[in-house]
Amino acid sequence: MKGSQAIIKSLTDEGVDVVFGYPGGVLLPLYDVIYDSDLKHILVRHEQCAAHAADGYARASGKVGVCIGTSGPGATNLVTGIATAYMDSAPIVALAGQVGTSMIGNDAFQEVDTIGITMPISKHSYQAMEPSEIPQMIRSSFYIARTGRPGPVVVDLPKDVQEGELDYPENITIDLPGYKPTKKGHPLQVKKASDLILNSKKPVILAGGGVIHSDSSEELKHISELIGAPVTTTLMGKSCFPEDHPLSLGMLGMHGRKVSNMIVDECDCLIAVGCRFSDRTTGDVTKFAPNAKIIHIDVDPAEIGKNVAVDLPIVGDAKIILSHLIRVISQSKSHKTHDWVDYVSSFRAKCMPRLSFEEMPLKPQQVIKEISEAVTDETIVTTDVGQNQMWMAHYFTSMNPRRFLSSGGLGTMGFGFPAAMGAKVAMPENDVVAVCGDGGFLMVCQDLATVKEYDIPVVVCVMDNRYLGMVFQWQKLFYEERISHTKLKAMPDFVKLAEAFGVNAYRVERPGDMKETLQDALKSGEPSLIDVMIDPNEILPMVPPGCGLTEIVGEYKVERENPDEIPYRPSAKETGGD
Amino acid sequence: MDELRSHIISAIVMHRPGVLQRVAGLFTRRGFNIDSITVGPSEQEGLARMTIISTGDDKVLEQIIKQLNKIIEVIKVRDLNADGTVTRELCLIKTHATSERARSEIIQYANIFRGRIVDVGPENLTLEITGTPDKIDALIDLLKGFGIKEVARTGPTAISRGSKTI
Repeated sequence: MKGSQAIIKSLTDEGVDVVFGYPGGVLLPLYDVIYDSDLKHILVRHEQCAAHAADGYARASGKVGVCIGTSGPGATNLVTGIATAYMDSAPIVALAGQVGTSMIGNDAFQEVDTIGITMPISKHSYQAMEPSEIPQMIRSSFYIARTGRPGPVVVDLPKDVQEGELDYPENITIDLPGYKPTKKGHPLQVKKASDLILNSKKPVILAGGGVIHSDSSEELKHISELIGAPVTTTLMGKSCFPEDHPLSLGMLGMHGRKVSNMIVDECDCLIAVGCRFSDRTTGDVTKFAPNAKIIHIDVDPAEIGKNVAVDLPIVGDAKIILSHLIRVISQSKSHKTHDWVDYVSSFRAKCMPRLSFEEMPLKPQQVIKEISEAVTDETIVTTDVGQNQMWMAHYFTSMNPRRFLSSGGLGTMGFGFPAAMGAKVAMPENDVVAVCGDGGFLMVCQDLATVKEYDIPVVVCVMDNRYLGMVFQWQKLFYEERISHTKLKAMPDFVKLAEAFGVNAYRVERPGDMKETLQDALKSGEPSLIDVMIDPNEILPMVPPGCGLTEIVGEYKVERENPDEIPYRPSAKETGGD
Repeated sequence: MDELRSHIISAIVMHRPGVLQRVAGLFTRRGFNIDSITVGPSEQEGLARMTIISTGDDKVLEQIIKQLNKIIEVIKVRDLNADGTVTRELCLIKTHATSERARSEIIQYANIFRGRIVDVGPENLTLEITGTPDKIDALIDLLKGFGIKEVARTGPTAISRGSKTI
């Protein structure tokens, strides 16, 4: 068979049912095979959206997402999406066309060094130089993308390699002597961790995206209840632990919940699972969790000790290690942290953020409250990047894993909408809502054509304040209100813009209207856009860069000033001793 | 702050195009210092051995090794302990040598350093010397007085002493 046929056969054998792509000159042989194939191809309107859609597909479903771009500009347009997936450990395979092997290096038309460009932003990359290499390369790409710490893999496919002949092998063996991710945690480390936990009085769990990748939400819930440890999450970990749970604290970090930041500061044992201690999560690392022994569970050994010095590392798969820990701890004498849990609950009650605001212009908190009321636990929400993202992270109550998708590490504006598109394709039974800013959405709005053409019924909520809100906020707080190029003076009428693409559109301006509008849009079963006119001057309290997590600036508006008091009852054991 | 030290890192890698770029790119991207890097075939077909000399504190060294290990085409990595390691570098030195006296002196130096004259021209001599980087530095210093035209050094390569392998 031909190389191009082998590519499609390999994809199908991997269980790929849909690809997001954009054709081009060197991809003609591949697209000629796609013409006859059962593989569903979604023609995006910009390659960046193909990569983000594949990423959204992967994050929502846990399966590997696939995107395709042609050589040169097609490949460079994929780059932002590949880097986004890399930073957040999302498993995607990016297929890029390349000029013929005899032309490589001659600065041929639409030639770019895709492998060189993507090397620092991909888990691995392959360039096929012979058609016979294709089956094993694609098999290995999927294996690498989804195992260990997941990530994007790039496959560069020169035109003549797509056209050349090969014998498709019956058996494909993966031969990667340099790639053996650790799964099981070292038993001695697990034992030591259990001792540390059982000797702690104020344990807290910090859960990251690794909990979602390893599918260990159940284990997380089990262990937090077993040891009486409140759970805070990173942005990537949001949704891995039900946020209405009595032990849930919400997100930690620069834009984290006040209770999370204060409790992590106070805890004596921090159990970090599948997170990488990003600067946005820790603030000043020298002031991070100053009273705690830190246990760090991660599948990537390079994350241990990279940003924060840890007392006890355990390398391996979070699911396996948490189960192991649960077994060990269950065999020990019971561990009671009632006083700590009571204290944390009472603290939490005092600083639940205020969500209800009746005034006009609409406050983002009110909008998010209404979004929360309009959706179900199974609705997948995606966010863009900036204030919209942090408002959602801060105020939205997320219940189930893989139901909150956001570009955390790279912070890619324009991620939310195409990721929602990919998520909806992966999970057609789930409602999908993208919460975007006006700036970020405008970067990818051309793909309204894609959701219209393929009838992908996502609902885009544009938080419209005519500002690049996050940078605007920093300028106000830290740059003497010198508002440099963050006011979007000329912006489209988003309702008319959506209508120009044949997409239903609504506008929301008043408190109370968002819930119903979103429910209507979801019920319509068609792609829709809601233009939400919000107050540009609402500032989310934050920890300034370089500060410790407790040094929050801006007024932290709370729901109730005097909640029902839950007294902190320190036991004699806890107050005595050290 | 930990002490900055020079480390000898030995790695077994797949002998494929692009592997050197991955390794060198990693050092640039992560801000690791790289003093020298040598690559050549290893005892096993299809595998190459890389010797990297890098300066950094212990935390940096730990990250270098872990990050190198993450590269799919890197099979094994080890920090070779300077005491238990044989380190050698090859150097070719082309010097001015016009007078008889200069020539004989240079040849004597070469002998003392267990080097060899590998090329002779009417106005120049080329020496080959193998040894630790220190020894090569010392010879280069001595030869400076005659006028060095060119120096070509391979950078150090290293292997652990005794029966230990990486």
